[in-house]
Order: sequence, then structure tokens, then C-alpha cells
Amino acid sequence: MYNFNYHKPSSVADAAKAVQSAPEGKLVAGGMTLIPTLKQRLAKPSDLVDLGKIAELKGIKKDGNSIVIGAMTRHAEVASSDVVKSAIPALAALAGGIGDPAVRNRGTIGGSIANNDPAADYPSAVVGLGATVVTNKRKIAGDDFFKGMFETALEPGEIVTAVQFPIPEKAAYSKFPNPASRYAIVGVFVAKTGSGVRVAVTGAGSSVFRQKEMEAALGKSFAPDAVANVKVSPSGLNADIHASAEYRAHLVTVMAKRAVAAAK
Amino acid sequence: MSDGGIGASVRRKEDARFLTGRGTYTDDINRPGQLYVYILRSPHAHAEIGSIDASKAKKAPGVVAVFTGADLAADNVGGLPCGWLVKSKDGSPMIEPPHPVLAQGRVRHVGDPVAAVIAESREQAKDAAEQINVAYKTLPAVIEAVDAIKPGKPQIWDAAKGNVCFDWHIGDPAVVDAAFKKAAHVTKIDIVNNRLVPNAMEPRAAIGEYDRGTGEYTLYTTSQNPHVIRLLMGAFVLHLPEHKLKVVAPDVGGGFGSKIYHYAEEALVTWASAKVGKPLKWTAERSESFISDAQGRDHVTHAELALDKDGKFLALKVSTVANLGGYLSTFAPAIPTYLYATLLAGTYTTPVIYCEVKAVFTNTVPVDAYRGAGRPEATYVVERIVEMAAHEMKMDPAELRRRNFIPKDAYPYQTPVALQYDSGDYFSTLDMATKAADYAGFAKRREEAAKRGKLRGIGIATYIEACGIAPSAVAGALGARAGLYECAEVRVHPTGSVTVFTGTHSHGQGHETTFAQVIADRLGVPVENVEVVHGDTSKIPFGMGTYGSRSIAVGGSALIKAIDKIVNKGKKIAAHLLEASEADIEFKDGKFTVVGTDKSKAFGEVAFAAYVPHNYPIETVEPGLDETAFYDPKNFTFPSGAHIAEVEVDKETGAVQIVRFTAADDFGRIINPLIVEGQVHGGLVQGIGQALYENAVYDGKSGQLLTGSYMDYCMPRADNVPTFSVGTHTTLCTHNPLGVKGCGEAGAIGAPAAVMNAVVNALAPLGIKDLPMPATPERVWRALHGQKAAH
Repeated sequence: MYNFNYHKPSSVADAAKAVQSAPEGKLVAGGMTLIPTLKQRLAKPSDLVDLGKIAELKGIKKDGNSIVIGAMTRHAEVASSDVVKSAIPALAALAGGIGDPAVRNRGTIGGSIANNDPAADYPSAVVGLGATVVTNKRKIAGDDFFKGMFETALEPGEIVTAVQFPIPEKAAYSKFPNPASRYAIVGVFVAKTGSGVRVAVTGAGSSVFRQKEMEAALGKSFAPDAVANVKVSPSGLNADIHASAEYRAHLVTVMAKRAVAAAK
Repeated sequence: MSDGGIGASVRRKEDARFLTGRGTYTDDINRPGQLYVYILRSPHAHAEIGSIDASKAKKAPGVVAVFTGADLAADNVGGLPCGWLVKSKDGSPMIEPPHPVLAQGRVRHVGDPVAAVIAESREQAKDAAEQINVAYKTLPAVIEAVDAIKPGKPQIWDAAKGNVCFDWHIGDPAVVDAAFKKAAHVTKIDIVNNRLVPNAMEPRAAIGEYDRGTGEYTLYTTSQNPHVIRLLMGAFVLHLPEHKLKVVAPDVGGGFGSKIYHYAEEALVTWASAKVGKPLKWTAERSESFISDAQGRDHVTHAELALDKDGKFLALKVSTVANLGGYLSTFAPAIPTYLYATLLAGTYTTPVIYCEVKAVFTNTVPVDAYRGAGRPEATYVVERIVEMAAHEMKMDPAELRRRNFIPKDAYPYQTPVALQYDSGDYFSTLDMATKAADYAGFAKRREEAAKRGKLRGIGIATYIEACGIAPSAVAGALGARAGLYECAEVRVHPTGSVTVFTGTHSHGQGHETTFAQVIADRLGVPVENVEVVHGDTSKIPFGMGTYGSRSIAVGGSALIKAIDKIVNKGKKIAAHLLEASEADIEFKDGKFTVVGTDKSKAFGEVAFAAYVPHNYPIETVEPGLDETAFYDPKNFTFPSGAHIAEVEVDKETGAVQIVRFTAADDFGRIINPLIVEGQVHGGLVQGIGQALYENAVYDGKSGQLLTGSYMDYCMPRADNVPTFSVGTHTTLCTHNPLGVKGCGEAGAIGAPAAVMNAVVNALAPLGIKDLPMPATPERVWRALHGQKAAH
């Protein structure tokens, strides 16, 4: 790890100021990706701004027909939250399946979506539930937030403060984990909402994406059989030593089917 | 027998300190004035080193010195020696290239050490290393052994034509071919035994220290055999005499073979500590372990089994290409030869066997022994081909095995591949396993699984291993450059407590408990009054260390010999104290008794008399009660057993889940059933890891290790394995005093074949006959859908 200046502000405004005034500032939330990256000397930020002391970024609440989760809320808190479990059990289950206990007790929802790892779990829930990402500057629709591999709509100095998840009629997340890392080789989040069905796929592509063909099929009939015959093209999908594009394409259909069957 | 003696499930004494974080591992040791070493490693799989410019690094903050291969050469530092000489078919010795501590002009795998930076902190050393400018001229690399022997491939060593280190064989090919001609059926199989990364929980570490006052060097290191390191490093690398070199291997967090070998970092910190006049510490980071710890397995094999019409094995023919990596690791040549081909008889009466092995250099991390070391590879060949033969001949795999087992009354049994099995009972272990696994009820479970959309399969593997390595003369005749005896010292203290000094080394095996149990059993001293000391060349007379499941078989036998000496001396002392004839003294339950009387002296009283010899046979018996013994084994020991795996395959995803696993093993006499069960569990998980999860994958062009972290190298975890059903059936080893055979590697030897036989059995109804390890979800899915592998 290279040396850096360390800041631990107690407000979002101070954090934004600190990260913007640094030559190469980096925000650190749970640090589950950033710290290993630093330890391997793959990044050399001048300043690290730790969001861990900002009280306004923490917590889970029900707000009308939405669940609002503060950006610094840990995965373990989401997984065990009675509010989340009763309103969107699929979201609690997703959080409970991220990484391992150590990761779940350090990693945060804000950190996960701001990092936008193509195999992360949370982006599929944000897109799959049609959530809204709240930042210190604006509100960004989930569909517009994830721009590509490790890329988001966040601007310099923009900090995710919370994510608002509309409560769906039913939803489920089905993941085929990479046996080694336990990231998603393919994860499919399916939600039936008042404004239609959403199917969001993580792990398979360079960034989370919606599977519109499946959404249309499920819009007509929300049943596993409706997606069982929707074949996904491997073109453009990820391929690595764990899974080829063809296999990932196949798994999208299998996981979608299982998610629909499990939706509640 | 006192409480806690042989056969008691005593909880491990050492666990209290391990579980409360009070162990002392090498990295926990800090010496006054200690500096830190960072090793700059090659980023290339194969390259010439044009020049190394370390001038900037030498001036970097905190830096004390930077050393390269040139500094070592100037100081006449030798290369890392190889401990085993194997000869080719034509009698010529293997090609034995140099193995420099730091690269001399060329690097041969990613991770090859190039320079060492010594600084006041680890981070400063790392910072400075980034300022070293190494001018590499990259060369084409070759990764797979089967590629490396093809014409026109990159040559890794000038002396090794076609990259072949040796081309060895055992058996008579003409006799075997003749037997094949009589066969009613021949089964053929092609096998890749996947390369594994050992992944001990504790990464390697080393501290070198030089005492200017006494001229003595000390090396603290993560080793399974500190005396061997002292011998190899002192004699061959640094030219230091033993009396000026102390090697300490304190608590060590797992080895699995990877900490047997003498590594460059050990020699480097020892040598450099005198150069800079300060103690030097090096600790591997996990990513560094992946590219610097010797790796395991990596065989490509073609095998053929000849059977008569009733399924009796007539002959076995095996041809293997073994990957050695870029250099010869300490025991590398022995693994794919004498620890592999000699096990190809397995548990069977196969009358003739021929095996040829080409051992090949490639641009990969060196390969050496890894839990099982050659025996898992042999077992995999035998048990996969037997399973396939049963399938082809439409016979029950258990029945085919029984038909070919060595009969119970045939011991000692001479195999056609050099070994003589002293004892065993493969029928009973297989019966035990089939009963415990409800083998007969499998068809029903398969039907039930099918209703849930799962393909269920069952697979058997029986195995034999040669442990307790080894009779020194035999090993020497086969090319070993060391003896393989063991040493034990039993020091009885004046008040009757005991310290045992053993030349074996415990790095997870629980010796501090089992060896204490042997003392408790034989001397009647409670386990808590026994201390077992290992891992320090200045305390222990000598030792060859722990590997090959040898500790209790060889080290335990040395301990018994030392105990016998203690008892014999004790009898002399007791006879004097009891005013009786020595011949009338019996030692039992911790008491020396005059036979047929109630006159006795407790063990502690005799010990006290030995150290306070006021009333003592001083004319004929020396004071003190401290005895040392060396034991050279008469033969290998032959643990054996039967493992049965049951799996379910998800047809849609190809994911394999092990739903049952049964092991029935014969380890000879068992000292501590609890520890044995733990050893079996650990071995099984490693075997399951090889079958389903673990695979060291190198990029075929660049030679980068693609599975260089736990993000990509899949270690098995608790949720990957079922609750194991573990049982033992005992036949005693006939040639060592405890009748013990060893248990450390069995799980890793039997499990891969059992699991893969089960996976193939699950897929068999779809016409699938074979599948490579690891049986990853995509491989299984492709097999199910008749698609060729993408990679």
C-alpha cells in the first residue's frame, strides 16, 4: 500500500469537499474492493476520505411505498433487517448472500453500487426493483445509474447517500455464484411491480442489464415456464476461466426461471 | 495403560494456544534490530535478464541493501540442491540444472526471485523494489508438459533436450505386452491430474540472524523438517558447518508438503543477515505464496488395463508426462516415480505392470510433493480405470474390485512394482464402507433424486499408500540423497515429568498430544506431565521431519526405542532400590515391581533416584534418566481403505453437490481416534477440492498464473462438503513396534477418484464415460449437452 492522506469527516458536505480538493481523492465506504486494491498497489490515491463516521448515511427506513437504505448500511444489516425482510424479502436474501460474513459486516450498499463491479449482487436489485439512487446532488434512476464496467453516472465529488427501493408485489434474486469468489457468475433479479415486470441480470455482462424479452414474457404470464424458453444470446457476454459466454447465456435463463419460481 | 494412553480420544493439548492466538509462528518472532526483506520477482514466465539497475533503490528511504544474483555469485553462494537422483531408462542420470537463490541471467517462471531489498520496514523495501530497473528480454514460454516435449518448443535448460529432465520406467514392457495379448477386454483411459496450489493457512516466512560474537547463524523458518534444511542449506548453499547453524521451525500453520523443501528465501535471509549485520525477516504475502510455494500434481497420463473374461486384471500399462516446473524442487524427481509408479498395483493382484514417466521442465512454479505426493495420482489412475472397466464390462464396481483384491492371507505380498505390503484387509474396509454408505440402497436414492430433477451418482475408490518413508538403504538405492530414519529423545526429569524431543515436526498433526499419549501409555506418566519438543536443531539430536504420513510410524518407533531404554535403565535402578534382581523387576502401570510381591517403586521415585543418586548402583549405572534412540524403518507402512462418494448433479447448471461421503480406512493401531478423524476430514476436503474445485491455471502464452488468488483459485469450503461418515478397520503394521501405519494423507488419496467415479456414474445414463478434474459446473454442463469444452 502506498502512503496517502486520511480523512474521516462527519458530514457528507465535508466528505465531498475533502475528496474534491485532493489531487487524487478516493472515497472509502466498506473498503471491500478498495483496500485489497491498495494492498496490491494497484491504486495510488493521494487522499482517502472515509465515510464511516457520517451518521446521516446509515440506517434503513420505510418511507411510504419505499424502503430507503442509507449508503453506509452494511450488507449484514440489510440481510437481518425486519423492515427489509417483511417488505422486500428478496433484497434481504440478496444481501445475505454477498461474499462471506466478514464482507457482509464491512461492505456497504453505497460502496457496492458506486464501485459497480460487473459481478456484484446489488446492482441487479437496484435495476430489478427500479430503485432510485440518492446522492448529495440529485436523484438518479437505477436504470440510468450503471454505465458500464466499474462506471456509474456519479460525477466528481458526488456521493451516494441512500438508495430508495419501491416495494414490489413480489421479487426474488437467483444467483449462480463463482465457486471461488462467490461473486455472481450470473445473478438474476426478477420483480413484479405495479408498473410491470423487471428482470435485471448481473455477472453475465460488462455491467448489470435488463432482459427485456423476459420482462415481456413475464408481463404476460408471471410463471417459470414463461422464461424457460427465452434463449439469451452469448454475444457480448463475459467469458473467463470460470464460465464461457455460452454458459453464462444459458445460466441467465436458468436463474431467471428459478427466480420467478422463488418470487414472493 | 494410564488415562490418555494409546487409543484414547484426548483433546489436542496444543489447541489451547492455537485457538487463543498464543501460538508462536515465524512471523510472530521479532529479533532486536530486525530489518525486512522484500523479494523482487520475475513478472515474466521466461526471459533473459540484460541488466539490473538498483542504484535508485539503494538510495531510497530506509533501504539498507539491495542484493542480486551477482552478489550471491561473488560470495560463492551455491544453488538449491535436489535431494533425489532419478535415472532414465538408459541409465543416464536426470538433468540437474542449477537452482540459484536469486536469478542468474535468466528467469524461468513468473515469481522467480530476482533481487532482494532490505529496509527498515516492509513498505520501504517494497517502495524501493519498484525503483529497481530490470532489463528483461522476454522469451517464448511453454506451460504444459505435453507441449514442452514437442519439437520446436522453447528450451528452458540447454542441458535438458526437449525439456526432458528424465525418461524413467519401471517393469518389463515385453512381459506386459504379452499379457495384453491374452486379454479378453482392454480398458483405456486418458487422465489429466490437475495442478494444485498447496495453500497452507500460514504463508511461508523466514528470519535470518547472525551472531558476530559466536559466529553462529540462526534461521527461523516455516519448515516441516528443520534438520533437513540445516543440512541442505549449510552443506550445499552457504557452506556453513552444522555446529554454527541453528534452524528453528516454531509453530507452523500447515504444510501439506509445501514446507518440506529448501527455498531460496531461507538461504537468502541467512546469508544476508551476516552481510548487513542485522536480523532479517521475510514473510510471504498470499499472492507471493501462489507463485513461490512448490505446487502439486500436474500429470498427463494414458493408461490401459487388460482383463480376462471374468474381470481378473492381467496387466496394467501406464504412460505419464509429469510437469516439474522451471526448476527441480528438493524432492521433485521422487514424486512422479518412486512415490507414484510403485503404487500402481493398488489393492489388487495385477500380476504385471509397466509404467514410464517423462518428467519435463516448463515455465511454471516448481512442482513437488503435495499431500499424498504421487500416491493420489497413482490411485486416481488405478481407480478410474477400474471403474471404467467395470462400466464397460457391465460389472458391479465393488464386485470387480473384490474379485481382484489381494487375498487376506497373501501377506507379505510382493507387488510387481517393487513394494512388499506387510498387512491389509481390503475386503473388510470395502464391506465396512459399502454398509455405512448403504451401497445396496443406492438405486432407490437415484430414483428419488431423479424425481427432483437431479442426477445422482455413486463412486468407490479403494486405495493403498506407502507411508512411513523409508528404509534408508532402500531409499538410497532408489536415489535418495539422505537417510530417512527418525530420532527421539526421552528426558525424564527428577520428579518424573517427561520432555520428549522428536525429529518429526508438527504443523497441524497434533504430535504434542499423540506423542505424549505414547509416553502416558508406556511410562504411566499423565499426558499433562509430558512436553513434546520439536522443530529446533539446537534442542533435538537429529530428525528427518514430517511428511509422507511418517511421524508416528517412524518417529513413534524411535520414541518406543527410547522408552525401552528408559525402562531398562529404570529396572536396574529399581532392582537396587528394592534389593532384588533386575530380572525379577517388572514395569507396569507406572510402577517397577518385584514380580510376585507387593514391593514396588513408582516411576517418579526411580527418576528421582537417578538424579539424586545417594542410594544408587553407581558402579554399574550412570546417573540421570535421559535416552536417545534412532529408528530406521524396516519397510514402508501401507495404510489402505475404501472411500465412497455420492453426488447429485444439477442438470440445468452442471453443479455437483456431494451429498454423502463414507470413508473406511485401515491405519493400523490408532493412538488418538479424535485426531485421526480430524486428519481424515482434512484430507478428504483436500481430495474433494482437487476433484471439484481446485485448479492452477496458467495463461498458455504469457505464463501468468490466472488463478493467483482466492478470487479465482477455488478452495473447498465448509458448505461444499457433507458430514463425513468415517470409520476404521485395523490390521496392524507387522514391522514397527506400535503396529501403526499413518493417516495424514489418506483422505486426499482416496477422495478424488471416489468423487469423480460418482460424478461419472451420475452422468453415465447419458452416455458419459469420463470427465476431467476439476468437474466444474461448466465442464459438467458441457458434457451433459454434448458440447466441447471452451477452454
